[in-house]
Order: sequence, then structure tokens, then C-alpha cells
Amino acid sequence: MLSLTPVRSIEDLRKIKEETYTGIKLRLKDSAVEREIAKYHILVCTGTGCASSKSKLIHQKLEDEIRKRKLEDKVKVIKTGCFGFCKLGPIIVIHPDRTFYTKVELEDVDEILDQHIENGQIVEKLLYKSVKTGELQKTIDEIDFFNHQMRIALRNCGVINPEDIREYIALDGYMALADILTKKIPAQEIIEEIKQSGLRGRGGAGFPTGLKWEYTASYEGDEKFVLCNADEGDPGAFMDRSILEGDPHSILEAMIIAGYCIGAKQGYVYIRAEYPIAVERLEIAIDQARRIGLLGSNILGSSFDFDLDIRIGAGAFVCGEETALIQSVMGFRGEPRPRPPYPAEVGLWEKPTLNNNVETYANIPVILRKGARWFAGIGTKDSKGTKVFALAGQIKNTGLIEVPMGTTVRTIIYDIGGGISNDKNVKAVQCGGPSGGCLPAEMLDKEIDFKSLTDIGLIMGSGGMIVMDETDCMVDIARFYLEFAQDESCGKCVPCSIGTKRLLEILEKISSGQGEMEDLERLENLCYEIKDSSLCGLGQTAPNPVLSTLKFFRDEYIAHIKDKYCPAGVCNGLLKVVISDDKCIACGICARICPVNAITGEHKKPPFRIHQDVCIKCGACIARCPVNAIYKH
Amino acid sequence: MEVDIEKYEAENFRKLDKIIAQYKEQRGMLIRILQKSQEVFGYLPLKVQAYIAEKLDIPISTVNGVVSFYSLFSQEPQGKYTVSVCLGTACYVKGAQEILEAIKKELQIDVGETTMDNLFTLKATRCIGACGLAPVITINDDIYGRLTPADIPSILYKYTSADKKARVTH
Repeated sequence: MLSLTPVRSIEDLRKIKEETYTGIKLRLKDSAVEREIAKYHILVCTGTGCASSKSKLIHQKLEDEIRKRKLEDKVKVIKTGCFGFCKLGPIIVIHPDRTFYTKVELEDVDEILDQHIENGQIVEKLLYKSVKTGELQKTIDEIDFFNHQMRIALRNCGVINPEDIREYIALDGYMALADILTKKIPAQEIIEEIKQSGLRGRGGAGFPTGLKWEYTASYEGDEKFVLCNADEGDPGAFMDRSILEGDPHSILEAMIIAGYCIGAKQGYVYIRAEYPIAVERLEIAIDQARRIGLLGSNILGSSFDFDLDIRIGAGAFVCGEETALIQSVMGFRGEPRPRPPYPAEVGLWEKPTLNNNVETYANIPVILRKGARWFAGIGTKDSKGTKVFALAGQIKNTGLIEVPMGTTVRTIIYDIGGGISNDKNVKAVQCGGPSGGCLPAEMLDKEIDFKSLTDIGLIMGSGGMIVMDETDCMVDIARFYLEFAQDESCGKCVPCSIGTKRLLEILEKISSGQGEMEDLERLENLCYEIKDSSLCGLGQTAPNPVLSTLKFFRDEYIAHIKDKYCPAGVCNGLLKVVISDDKCIACGICARICPVNAITGEHKKPPFRIHQDVCIKCGACIARCPVNAIYKH
Repeated sequence: MEVDIEKYEAENFRKLDKIIAQYKEQRGMLIRILQKSQEVFGYLPLKVQAYIAEKLDIPISTVNGVVSFYSLFSQEPQGKYTVSVCLGTACYVKGAQEILEAIKKELQIDVGETTMDNLFTLKATRCIGACGLAPVITINDDIYGRLTPADIPSILYKYTSADKKARVTH
């Protein structure tokens, strides 16, 4: 366990900063490090993505080898959080050279040490090869994926060791808090700064953060609470997880400041059980902050007390909704309730409660340090700062990226994402998860911010961005999201629990080829009714994937209904299993194994035929055909 | 044999008492108590739920309400290995459905079921946040990414053979 001396004043904190900063300076981009005396820092990503490809073993082996080779004075190995480029994991970065090694395997450890560390030569086979030019890119700064980004919320991810509070402090961590407590800055002044910055909630709805703090501060209560919503349930979004894994102290610092502003002494982080590494890092961070005296009573010698606890979710998507989340933190069924009263007035244990999302909190310390004006200078007119997006789906560079608000989808997909895998054409980009919708390819030049997305019926959501190409069926995607909503609907209100069920039934009818044109109208009407009458955000936004696909991809729905044809070749009900006469050798295996005897033909005498009215499309014949003569069409 | 079962059970209930004692005085700890109990018992049979309700002096309907609400609580015994197939959007568009079908076929069970030998339980989960590696499955704490249906048999075989080895050496 890290030995930590308690800090009692801003001077103590500065001392830690100076001591640690010298040690990690060589990882920073613009620091002048004299090459002669420079030591090496080997950064190993141990986020969820890289950890699943055995980065922890690589970290272990590096440490063992360095000890064996007696290189301890020259080289330090550091575990970091996510670099964002998950596709290429496990990732290792060597400083001060800023060399970016990808897909590192256990066997490569020796080569890295022999060549790079002992001889100063780059191991070329591990370098990233640009998907655009095919060139090897030696440093992290040359890589397209990174150089179009602007990292504020992710500023420390992949730079510091998240399990060492001193490294966070070295990069000005906890300085905003120390400043506030030392100068006794009034809460209203801090809230005003956040309001001026224009920061809006990053969890989905985009409510102005400063206002929320102001409201919560204005309500009286013998107790108040600060909550952090880390129940990141949107499929396809993993920014909150990465921030917690890579820079947990930024969340702690922001929550302590929030406690000071609204007058709370206790905070809770509500996190999904599906994120074990993030939970572990958060536990370590809280423990270190307590031991160093940044959590507990009389923080930094002031009269301010604040402590934090973790609440682990038990698997319910609806708990991302704030009133449901509050129920769950209290240990009950996570069912939402109507608002108002908002949690700012009646929250945890009926007390005023401030609830923000992880990414929102991650922005707070920087805003207070660099000033509202700096932050407000980034982004668009009504959406300030940056947004983290989780890029996934049919795209070359999947991973986590952060760009200024107002960046176009095209820049994100082509400049950062490297384009579509297999060089197919992009068909749609799904934004905002189950509450969002699909942006069609014609709108790739749309500048993304809260307003521009709402204008076309989508939402920012938590920032999942899933790229789809011509092989993805839009009716099937709508059906997929409805299945999700239906599964996760808590059952409390009728419009959501039964309405989404009916929506799903109609979509299933269409994708199985039984649809009628009237179904489209029925879908639309039902969608609006569910949106208008559902109790919470889950139901109110669940129809969005249907509405947006109906708006932009109506042709596909019509093809399913009128032509009984799925253009993308996905919907099973509309596909035919056929035998290619050219390839068939009339062996008769298919006819023998067909569970419903849908295939007829005579041994050694082609042709063999599949009777479509009998076939159940189970695919057994396709799997068994020795010459691959059977296929879905 | 019966004696053994009773001995195990008594031991587990002693652990449960400790868990309850640890969290009883704190507010809002029912979910934490249930999570810890499930770690001890492997699942939450009615007997355990009733016991917790009595010790906390709350209605069993409250306890069962919570247990049945959250997907991570189970009222049925689980296999030694839980195979979870991520059906998040990123995995779905990268072919997670086919991975799921391959596992179903290999294990001859449906989602939510456990194999006859109590070795595997199959679950479909929502996003685990490893979208960069889609499609992804987890087996207990191990994560497997960038899968194709053809990878499935060899992955599952690792666990069946590890289990066999463990039994031979005991």
C-alpha cells in the first residue's frame, strides 16, 4: 500500500505536486527533458479493453524482467487507464520518446527491453500503421486518431497512474479544491463560474450544470447529498467507465467541491457492477483520498467535512434515471417517480440532492482552474466545451474520443475513426443509444451539439456513436432497441411497459414479412403516445429509434412490407434459403438433416429444391453442405 | 453426505450473520447485503431471503421485490461458470447474435439456463463497455473479444477440461 503523508494545507499539497511532477514530467508532450539523463517510463494500459487482452500479465512480465536485468534505476513501469484506442490493445507507450506500441503480446516484452530500452531502437513491428497512408507512425502525436482530438475530460487518462493520488496532484489535481478552501471562496461565486462556463450535463439531457447546483444549494435541509451517476447503461457507451478507470480523482475532487457548494457532507457514487475494474480503482482512490486527508473532516485545515461512499448497482438500466437511481442507492427497487419535485428539492432520504454524471464532474476541476471564459471559448453557441464519444460498430478505429462540440460526424468517422471497415459505405450513425436515433449518411456534415441533434429528433445521450454500413438493417436496429427498452422497462407505468411491447410486436411483424402499410401509421401514433405519457426518461425516449428510422429510412420499412424484402439481408423472416445449382453435387445430406423435410431431390441427380413454404430457415443445411452450395438470399 | 450439506449450510448462514451485522446499522444497505449473500450462497434461495427479512425486520415482500427487480440477483442455483454474451449495440452489429447461437448449440441450453452438470450458466447481458473488442463474451471474470462463432468450442473446452483436471486431482 502506498504510504501517504496527510496534507493539511495548500502548501503541503504543492509540496507533493513538486516532488511528483519531476518524476512524471518526461511523459508530458512539451516538457524539455535532457535526453542524456532521461529515464524511461513504460506506460501499460490496464483499462477493461486492454486488460481483456492480458495487459496485466504484460505489466507483470515487464516488472519482473526489469528487476532481472537490474534496470530499476533506468526504467519505471506504470499502469494507466484507457488511451481510448481500444481496437489496438494491449497498448504500451514509452516516454520520453512518446513511442506508441500496439497489439503487444507477452512474447514482445523481451524485444521491447532489448531493442528499445537497452539500445534505443524502436520495435517497428509494434508500431501503428496509418489506415490512410499505410505509414508507420512512431509517436502518439503522429497518429490521426489522437491528433484531431481535444482532451479535457480525458486529460489524465493514459497519462497518470490512476492508483496513485500523487500523480493526479502532480498535474494540478485537487488544486481547484485547495484554492477554494484556502481562500474561502463563497459557494455562490463558484456556482456562478460554472454557470458562466456554459457546461451542460453530459449524461444525456444536457441540463445546465450551474443551474442544477444553484437550485440544490437554494433548498434548505438538515442534510444534503451529492450523487454521481456512474450507472452507464447505454449499450455502446463506455466513457464514464474509462474516466473512472483512468482518472478517478477528478470525479472525487469535483464531488467534494460540489459538496462545498451545496452544503453537503456526504456523497455517493452509484456504479454498475458490470465495471469491476472501475469499482476497484474508485475504491483505491477513495481510500487514498481519505488517508491523505482530502476526504473526511476538516479537509485541508478548513472547517469543511465531506466523505464519499460507493453504491454498486445490481443490473437495471432504468437506474440511470435519477429518481430511480435514488431509490436504488437507498437499497430499494429502482423505480422512477414523477418529477417535480426534482431531486434538488426532494432526493435521497427526502433531502436535497445534487446528481451529476461522471463526465460532467470530470470537467469541473479544469473549468475552475482555467476559468469559465476558457471553457466557454470551446464548442458552439449553446453547447460549450468538448464531448467524449464512444466510437464503435463498422469502423476501423474503434475507441474513445473527445472532440470539441460542433465537430462534424464526418471528421469523427473519417479523420479520427479512419473510415468504415472493409471500405463499405456508411449508411447511418446511431447516436445516443436506446434513447437516441439514427443519423443518415446524407447528414454526415452535421455539426454535433445538443441543439443540432435535438432539431432532427435525435439526442446527444451519453455519447455512444455506432457506425452502420449497408449490411445493417434499420428495421432490425429499431427492433433491437425496442427489445432492449422492453426488457429494461421497470413495469411501473403502462405506456412504457405495455406500449413498448406493442411497438416491438409491430416491428417483429414487419421484419418477419407479415407487415401491412397501416402498421407504419400505427407505429408512429403509438410512438408519440408513449413519448407523451410515460413516467420517466426511459419511456419518453424509447420510441426515438423507431421514429428516427421511420423518418430517414422509410424506404426500408416499405421494402419489408410491400416487397417482402430486407435490403440489408438481415431479417431472417424475409430471407430465402436457396441451393445453387452450379455448386450442388446432389449428395443429399441437406435433405437428410432438414428437420422439417423441406428439401427434396434425388441422390446424385440434381437439382435439389428447398420448399419455401415449409422451410424454417434454421440454417442446418447451410452449415452441413460440404460444398457451400446453400446460402441465404 | 447429508451431514456435509448441513455443515456447509450452517457455515454459510454464519457468514450471512456476519454480513448482516456489518451493514445492519447503516442506511440503505439491503442491496449490498443481498450482493454479499449471493457471493456466499451462489444464489438467493427463498430461505435466505426470508432469513434476511427477519433479521432486518422488514417484510419478505420487500426483500423479494428487490431480488426480482435486479437482473444480477438469481433465485436459482447458477453454474460454476457464467457465460455472458454481450448484446450491446456495438456487439450486436458485429454479430453477437451468431456468437450466442453458437454457444447455445455447443452447450445445448437456452439463455437463462444452466447445463445439466452445473458447469455453465448462459446469460445475455447488455453492454459491458468493451465495445472496441466487439463482439465480446465474459466467462466469470475473463473477457474474450473479437470473436467469431468458430472460436466458441475451444474457449468452452478450456473450462470443461480445467474443471475435469481439478476434479481428478482432488
